[in-house]
Formats: sequence, structure tokens, C-alpha cells
Amino acid sequence: MGRFAIRRLFSMAGVMIAISIVTFLLFAAIPGGNPANRLAGRLANPEEVHLIEVKYGFNKPLYVQYVRTMKNIFTGQAYSYQQGFNVLTEIKAGIPATFSLALGAGIIWLLTSIAVGTLAAIRAGKYTDRLLTVLSMTGVSMPPFFLGAVLIYFVGYKLNLLPIGNFVPISQSPWEWFKHLLMPWFTLSVLFIGFYSRVLRSTILDTINEDYIRTARAKGLSERQVLFRHILRNSLIPIISLWGLDLAQVIGGGAILTETVYNLHGIGQLAATAISNLDIITLMAITLLTAFFVVLLSAVTDIVYALLDPRIRLS
Amino acid sequence: MSAIRSELSVEIPDALLDEASDLPPGVGPYKLAWRRLRRNRVALAFGGLFLLIVVLCLLAPVYSSDIAHQSPNFENITGTVKVGGKTETIVSSSDIPIGPTWQLSHYFLGADQNGRDVAVRVLYGGRNSLEIGAVATLITMVIAILLGLVSGYFRGVLDGIISRALDVIWAYPAVLLGIALGTILAFGGIGPLHGTTLMVPAVVIGVVYIPYVAKPIRGQVLQLREREFVEAARQQGLSHWQIMWGEILPNLSSTIVVFIPLILANAILLEAALSYLGAGVQPPNPSWGTMISEGINLIPASFSLTLVPGLMLVLAVLSVNVFGDGLRDALDPRAKVRIAR
Repeated sequence: MGRFAIRRLFSMAGVMIAISIVTFLLFAAIPGGNPANRLAGRLANPEEVHLIEVKYGFNKPLYVQYVRTMKNIFTGQAYSYQQGFNVLTEIKAGIPATFSLALGAGIIWLLTSIAVGTLAAIRAGKYTDRLLTVLSMTGVSMPPFFLGAVLIYFVGYKLNLLPIGNFVPISQSPWEWFKHLLMPWFTLSVLFIGFYSRVLRSTILDTINEDYIRTARAKGLSERQVLFRHILRNSLIPIISLWGLDLAQVIGGGAILTETVYNLHGIGQLAATAISNLDIITLMAITLLTAFFVVLLSAVTDIVYALLDPRIRLS
Repeated sequence: MSAIRSELSVEIPDALLDEASDLPPGVGPYKLAWRRLRRNRVALAFGGLFLLIVVLCLLAPVYSSDIAHQSPNFENITGTVKVGGKTETIVSSSDIPIGPTWQLSHYFLGADQNGRDVAVRVLYGGRNSLEIGAVATLITMVIAILLGLVSGYFRGVLDGIISRALDVIWAYPAVLLGIALGTILAFGGIGPLHGTTLMVPAVVIGVVYIPYVAKPIRGQVLQLREREFVEAARQQGLSHWQIMWGEILPNLSSTIVVFIPLILANAILLEAALSYLGAGVQPPNPSWGTMISEGINLIPASFSLTLVPGLMLVLAVLSVNVFGDGLRDALDPRAKVRIAR
């Protein structure tokens, strides 16, 4: 077990280094030439451009710039050239909104999809199953920004039931926090519910045919006991591991569309603003941290898996 | 028959058993799949709906030049239009564009804030969105199949390198990676890929989805290469390429067919997301995503500007998804194919 964990952590470190290099090259290689030209503005003379070049180190070799950039990002010394703020501070400021959105939506989509997927599986082929299938399909076909716009129009403007966006910290007013996040939670969850419930349905249908389920029935357990203790417990494993990874993406700013449409000022929206300002360093930092987060959580999931299931660590 | 049936009924749906009973022996897997697909009316109906959307969007120039007499980027801010005998301004003095007139010849679905015809733009936008989706799917499938085949077949160091590279792409959330690549290419460009061409988002989206297809294909190749028929081919002295091309690839065909609609649906969605964020199709070029992002600013005054392209987008993606689901059931009722968003 220890060997498996160490091997997995080493490969994680390798992927992380590769990611940091790829991310840096992607952004450093942004065509349009020397970033100093862009910073200096249109009317700058060559000396001014050169001064900026020296100040930010754009004239150094790429690997020196790479080390510098990584150091700056991870020690909180990276400043946005365009918008002037400290990138890490700005990302930290986005954490409460993004975290509230991710955690609430994560709980909603996990519980709902377990209910929907189980119902569809035990009614497989029947009318309920078909209806749920169509609904899940619609869910996975629904882009969050469009669903958000529709909700904002009908629930926000027409019915005037809920506020149309913005984030209120929970410390300020828990009730307002809840009200402001209700639509974003729903919007973000729909896509995942559609996807997860389909996966769960097919895993349950596979599990039902296993021998140990037959044994459980044969020894006289009630259908409810078979479902909860034997079928669900085994079918939920892939769902939970998917959930961990998706949550990592959402926390890392992957909910960029939902955050933008509801104007939540989280990490995702920070990335969206960075695009329109061509704010490379901010975009790079967010992309990098998110990818790291995903790689880290996927390594953790694998190790936890291996703890639970000896077949994996021996293979 | 009935005895067998009662024993097997847990595993095999009745429909499949019935199907097997009235078939002559030796019906090929594709004929069988086609029969199953033909019986799935819902999937066929949605497949038809998708074809209809494609045809409508392809006919965009016809509608634009012969019926609406407007090009998609023609701006008419100060003009007026006759609706039911009354003359109305296309964009009112408070900057609110006219809603749907329901007259095919003038602003059937209304105008946008620049006085452009929404119906014309939604068709042209659909053409762009579908074109990007199709090209991206082609790129993903070709590269992913090649990578999956090579890394699964040769294993070893090559597999290690390809798999790690795929892991790196896979670690980025699809939207974020798409944004990064899209911004970079739109800003400067590499070779023929630069600025406002539609190929920029198409290539970006194509690259983003490669690992989602290449990984399962690699897994399948790893299993196939141990099978007897591959062994036999090797004994006969076939070259590596002949084995990959002639023995393994045909056995991947149903996986490939199942992945195409899945990737197409996701590619169309990602295009819309990138364009919505400003990293995809660049204005004034229309696409469903850019139209939604322009329309959202005018909520609640002109909700139709968001609703029209949004509904087209959802219908197109939904129809591809439902048809793809039917296709998967038909080709392999027990297959498990997954994709992240």
C-alpha cells in the first residue's frame, strides 16, 4: 500500500511539473511579440520598452522567466500587469463565493442524482425511466449561461422571487447568502445531475446482475435492504470519485459560466474578466492552480480507492 | 424457449430475446444494430430533428438573400419596418430593438441592438456553430484514434509519454483550457490559425476533447492486442501497421461510432461557452454563443435575443445527445462510454 501511494504521488508530481511548463509555454508563447511592447503602450519609444523589459525580466532566457513566474505565483508576488492587483490576493478574494457555490451545488447535484439515478434504474424500461432519461438528456444539453439567463428572466424579473445575482457573504447575512445562491446552485447542478444520474443508472443495472445480489435476495433480505446495503453501496463508488474530481474543477474556477452569468465575483469570474483584459498572468495563475487542484484530488481519490479495494493496488 | 427465457430474463431484456428468435442465423452486428435503432422511434425522431436544424442552417444564405433580403451583419439602427399596417422603428430611441414580427420577410424573430435581423443571424450563427462542432469532432476523433492505437499497441515508453501528455490536457477543466488556447490563438495565431477565422475555436475544441476519447480507445486496444486473432496476424508476418489498421481498428468501430455524437454535442456546447466568454467566435461573426452573450445584456427588455439562439442551441445538442444514446443502445446495449463536460 505504501509503495502504491508513493508511486502515485511521484507520478502526480511529474504531471504537475509538466502542467506548469505547458501552462507557462502556452501563455509565454502568446504571439504578438514581446509583452513589454504591450505594457509600454502604443506611444512608447524603444528605451521605455527596454526599461520595462529589464524590469519584468522579459529579456531573460525562457527557463529563467519560467522559474521566476512560478516563484512569483506561488509566493504571492505575481501582479497583474493590466489591472495592477496582486493575483493571489485577488484569487483569495474569490474563494468565499466560489466555495459557497461549489459546495452547495455539489451537495445538491450528488443527492439529486443519486435519487434520480436509483429511481430510473429500479423502474428501468418503464414510463418513469423514460421520462427521467429525457430530463437527464435535457440537463446535459443545457449550457449553464443559457439556463441562468432563462432563470434570471423568469424567476428574477417576471416573478420577482429571487435576487438576480451577486454574492452576499454568509457572515453578513446567512439568509441573503442562501437566497442569492439558490439560482446559481440550481443552474450549476442541472448539468451534473443529468450526467451523474445516467452513469448511476447504468452502474446499478450492471450491479443488479451480480451474484452477491442474488445471494442477498436468496438469504431473504427485503428489497429495500438489498437496494441500500448491497446495490447502492457498490454502485456509488464511481459516482463519488467523479464527484470529487468535478468538485475540484468547480472550486478551481471551473464554474466560470455560472459565476459570470450571476455575477458572483468568484475565481471563475476573475478568469472571465482576465480574458477580456488579456490579463495573461491572472489567467495563467488560475489555470495552473485549478489544474494542480484536479491532479491532487485525483491522486487522493486513487489512493483512497486503493485503500478500499485491494484489487487496484495489486494490479 | 420459455424455460430459458425465465432463467435469462434478469439479464437480457425481452425485446432483445424476441429479436433474436425471429432472426435468421448469421445476421451481422451492424444489421442487428440497425434493426434496434429502427425500433427506437424517439432516437430516430431526434436524429431527424438534428438533420432538419442542419438543413435549415445550411440554407441560411437562401433565406438571407431571397426572403429576408438582409445579410447577417447588415445594421439598420435608424430604419423602420411595417408591422400589420403600422410603421415601427427597428431600434427604439431608448435602444430597445423590435421583437419578433412573425413576418418571414421582415425581422421574423426581431432585431438585435444593432438593428440586425435575428432570424438571419441565428441561421448563419448555427452554420458557424455546427461547422465548428463538426471540424472539432473530426480533429478529436482522428488524433485520439491515432494516439489511442499507437499507445495501446506499442505500450512501453511511447505509451508512457502519450498517456502522461493526455493526463496533462485532461487535468485542465475543458472550459479553462479552451479559454487559454482560444485567447492565445485569437490574439496572435499560429500559421493559418489566427484572428477571427472559425478554425481557431474548432482546433481549440478539437484538442481539448482528445484525452476523453483517446484514453478509452487505448484501454480497448490494450485488451484487443492480446486476443488470438492479433496473435494469428502476427504469426502470419503482418506488419505493425497492418495489424493496427486491418485487425484492431475494425474492432474499435462501434466505440468510435458511439463517440462521434457524444463529442459533437459537447463540442457545440463548448463552442457556445467559449464564444459566450469572448474566447471563441469573434464578433461581428454570429454564432449561437456570441448571440446569447450579446442578448444577455438586454435582459429583461428583449428576452427573445437570448431565447432564440439559446433554444436552437439546446435543441441541436439535445437531438444529437438523444440520437447518440439510441445509437449506443443499438450498437452495444451494455457499453459504458463516459465523457466529462
